[in-house]
Amino acid sequence: MTQPRYSRRQVMKGAAGAALSLSLAQLIAACGLPGTRDTGWEAGYDWDAWWKKQKQNGHLNFASWPLYIDTEGGKHPSLQKFTKETGIDVTYSPVIQDNAAFFSQISPVLQNGQSIGYDLIVMSNGWQLTQLMQNRWLIPLDHSRLPNFEKYAGTVATDLAYDPHNTYCAVWQAGVTAIAYDEKQVDGPIDSIEALFDPKYKGKVGMLSDPDELGTAGLIALGIDPQTSTYSDWKKAAALLTKQRDQGIVRQYYDNSYIKALEDGDLAITQAYSGDVFQANNSGYPNLKFVIPKEGAVLWRDNSVIPYHAANPVDALEWINFYYEPEIQALIADWVNYVSPVPAAKPIIANQLDDPTVANSPLVFPSEAELARLKEYPLTETIKTHEQWVGLFDPIIQS
Amino acid sequence: MKSRLAPYLQTAPSMLWLGLFFIVPLVAIVSISLMTGNSIDGYNLTWNFSVFPDALDQYSPQLGRSFLYGGISTLLALVAMYPVAYWIAFHGGRRKSLFLFLLLLPFLVSFIIRILTWQFILSDEGIVLGTLKDIGILGENAHILSTPAAVVTGLTYDALPWMALPIYVALEKIDRDLVEAAGDLYASGYQQFRRIIVPLSAPGIYAGILLVGISNIGDYLSAQILGGPSTTMIGNIIQTQYVQNGDFPVASALSLMLMMALLLCVFVYAWVFGTRTIQEYA
Amino acid sequence: MAGKGTSSDSARPVRSRPWARFVLPTYVALIMAYTLVPIAVMILYTFNKAPNQRLTFSWHGFTTEWYSKVFQVADLTQSLWHSLEVAVISSIIATALGTPAALALARRKFRGRGLIDLVVITNLTAPTVVVGASLLGFFIALSIPRGLTTILIAHVAFNVAIVIIVVQARVSGFDESLEEAAADLGAPPWVAFWKVTMPLILPGIFSAFLLSFALSIDDYIITSFVAGQTLTFPLWVAGAVKVGIPPQVFVMGTLIFVSGVLIALASLVLQRWGDHGKAETAGS
Repeated sequence: MTQPRYSRRQVMKGAAGAALSLSLAQLIAACGLPGTRDTGWEAGYDWDAWWKKQKQNGHLNFASWPLYIDTEGGKHPSLQKFTKETGIDVTYSPVIQDNAAFFSQISPVLQNGQSIGYDLIVMSNGWQLTQLMQNRWLIPLDHSRLPNFEKYAGTVATDLAYDPHNTYCAVWQAGVTAIAYDEKQVDGPIDSIEALFDPKYKGKVGMLSDPDELGTAGLIALGIDPQTSTYSDWKKAAALLTKQRDQGIVRQYYDNSYIKALEDGDLAITQAYSGDVFQANNSGYPNLKFVIPKEGAVLWRDNSVIPYHAANPVDALEWINFYYEPEIQALIADWVNYVSPVPAAKPIIANQLDDPTVANSPLVFPSEAELARLKEYPLTETIKTHEQWVGLFDPIIQS
Repeated sequence: MKSRLAPYLQTAPSMLWLGLFFIVPLVAIVSISLMTGNSIDGYNLTWNFSVFPDALDQYSPQLGRSFLYGGISTLLALVAMYPVAYWIAFHGGRRKSLFLFLLLLPFLVSFIIRILTWQFILSDEGIVLGTLKDIGILGENAHILSTPAAVVTGLTYDALPWMALPIYVALEKIDRDLVEAAGDLYASGYQQFRRIIVPLSAPGIYAGILLVGISNIGDYLSAQILGGPSTTMIGNIIQTQYVQNGDFPVASALSLMLMMALLLCVFVYAWVFGTRTIQEYA
Repeated sequence: MAGKGTSSDSARPVRSRPWARFVLPTYVALIMAYTLVPIAVMILYTFNKAPNQRLTFSWHGFTTEWYSKVFQVADLTQSLWHSLEVAVISSIIATALGTPAALALARRKFRGRGLIDLVVITNLTAPTVVVGASLLGFFIALSIPRGLTTILIAHVAFNVAIVIIVVQARVSGFDESLEEAAADLGAPPWVAFWKVTMPLILPGIFSAFLLSFALSIDDYIITSFVAGQTLTFPLWVAGAVKVGIPPQVFVMGTLIFVSGVLIALASLVLQRWGDHGKAETAGS
């Protein structure tokens, strides 16, 4: 879906050309597959000069995650407003369902020096985003065109461990990975991550299949701060998680489908993302509770970034600037219920949109004190540490 | 049409396609499997043959499990469908095509939707488990989803029509006079069945086993949607390593080993029954 | 594949015994009912008033809302079109490539046949995950970007073998002397082929096309490797499992199912009619 027509034609041409130039001998003797290193823009490129030459094209190809923008009757009011005010029409594609899978789709295209067909994509902080930055596959943001960002971005959006100066990243929404449980299936309120390891809930515990989430849960359960953890800490966490699996406590390692399993009563307690539970509460499942355990939880951020070779970079910037406007942010945050990067949207949701539940929720507008309790993922900056991490936690998930 | 060249001209286009997009890729993954490196620095051909024993060592549980689940589901499908195919072929009467049509109805529903519906049917509080729990046959915490049973259920269900079809075709071909003759010679029903019908339908049985077995052993969608923490099949590993982790050498090595193991089965089959029969029933 | 062998001879039932009269039919009915359960579940849940626009197990009341909104999930609709597009084009290409090969294999003896047989059988028996993975490796090695074209290439590659097998099975029983007779009567080879051979093998070609179409539109595993960012219907649904499946998926499934049933029933009735007509003319 997704790639506009012109690139399909490119694909055809590429395929035909490659097929012609192929010979079996060549292929077998081909001594390798190229890597991604230095396949992005040249170091030291003058982006200021480049941005000065760019113009608005009136179109934006925006790739995001499903159920991640305000929606009404199949349409998106915030995008409609944007088109009305700026004349930029937006093709919105909720095609990203998994960071690693999406990265593996765009990576070969970027590696070939081609446009992926999107002007703006939303990626969580983690190894794939790190690679996008390290390979210089992202266009640095022109902050002179983002006055709303400068004015309204809160701590959640500005104090980024992985991109300290917001060179590439404008936070779309943030969220907390913590615990959700079904009141009907557990005895009394739960406040500790230990519950995930409690044999009492054998076969009714859900863990996340994202190695980052799984591994961090193990670290937090051991009382280790993930951000400063070391390889030997990781091994301890892996041992704990392996034990949890082997005791039959874990029912399954879930992607986002854990929420359906929780709603259906297949799970009693699970690792969970904040916004999902909030949405479930509002759609007929008041028995589900979300809790940040006393040991802490991870705050992650999904970032809007502009991929290299994007055809409409100025239109992308316009949209970033637009959604940092408190009125627009209020529309989006009131619908998706994740942590909003714009604190100024809070009074608008409370008053104009008349939705105090969302406005007063610490999961949408957490206080500074609450933010301080939240932790960061371990930073994996080299392929070696990444392989160590995945090598420890992947085998637990795929056993 | 009659020239010597004609058969080559007729087969050339399809063989070119299969050569380029089936055989060459197979050969290519041999070379990829022998490479080392990573996605950032690239992969180089270092003739790293140790990838095969290493991958086998690490993933033998998943490989074994694939053959186990594939085998059980194939066997279950055979046991379930042989009597059905038999009944339609010998006692279906004039409504034969209607029964056959009913049997093939699942084909009209997308493969992935068929698997998804099992998620609904086997849900913990669902029709099956909810009822069993209410009457007290099952404990409160019992579940089928996320267990091997759910994966095998999905695999078996998907195999049913594929198993029934070749068996039915084989049974249809059996000469009725032969069966009658056996009856006239005072062979008991059981003897008729064992001595005549089963042997004559054997090619169909084996074609069904091959068809279903291969696709079930290599499947990963059932395990992904219905499985749990310890039901990962080799297909899931190949998929994750290739598409998610970008570890091409390991994924290629696993693909090759799976292919080799299955080809071995196919050749044993071909050796016993002759290649023609596969083609006739496939 | 299916309609084969419904000759009048085999329709004569074998002498019935009690177990064949009672036990076996009951068993057959049970199994058939079992195979229909998931279909019933699919249809049932298209009427569930699911909150949040996604399917859940619990029943929230009856609605026909999803039928009126069936095409409202824009990218789902688009993925269905992709699937149809790929299925139609790949089946046409596969039939065009495979039919001549099947004719040659069924009617000629020539050097290299054994090899061709081997390639075809290996293709049919190769696990889909290996076919998909190897094609992906191939496309990666050649830096060919993945998309609709690569899906098409892959689908033709697995359908060609199917076409060869199915058409070959139909042709092998066919009497070649007819075509020769036509040639003897002075018809040029192409005319003889079109007038004599073609009508005889057409049903075979047609069933090969249908089978290709069905396999192509349903393929998930191979497509998941070579699709890149392009989504087909099965890929979209598999992706949606992660975030919740919109009821529209089951609605589309139901609509496809119902139209399939109608087409099949229509052809059954037509066939019955045709047979009936033939029987009458033969009798008169």
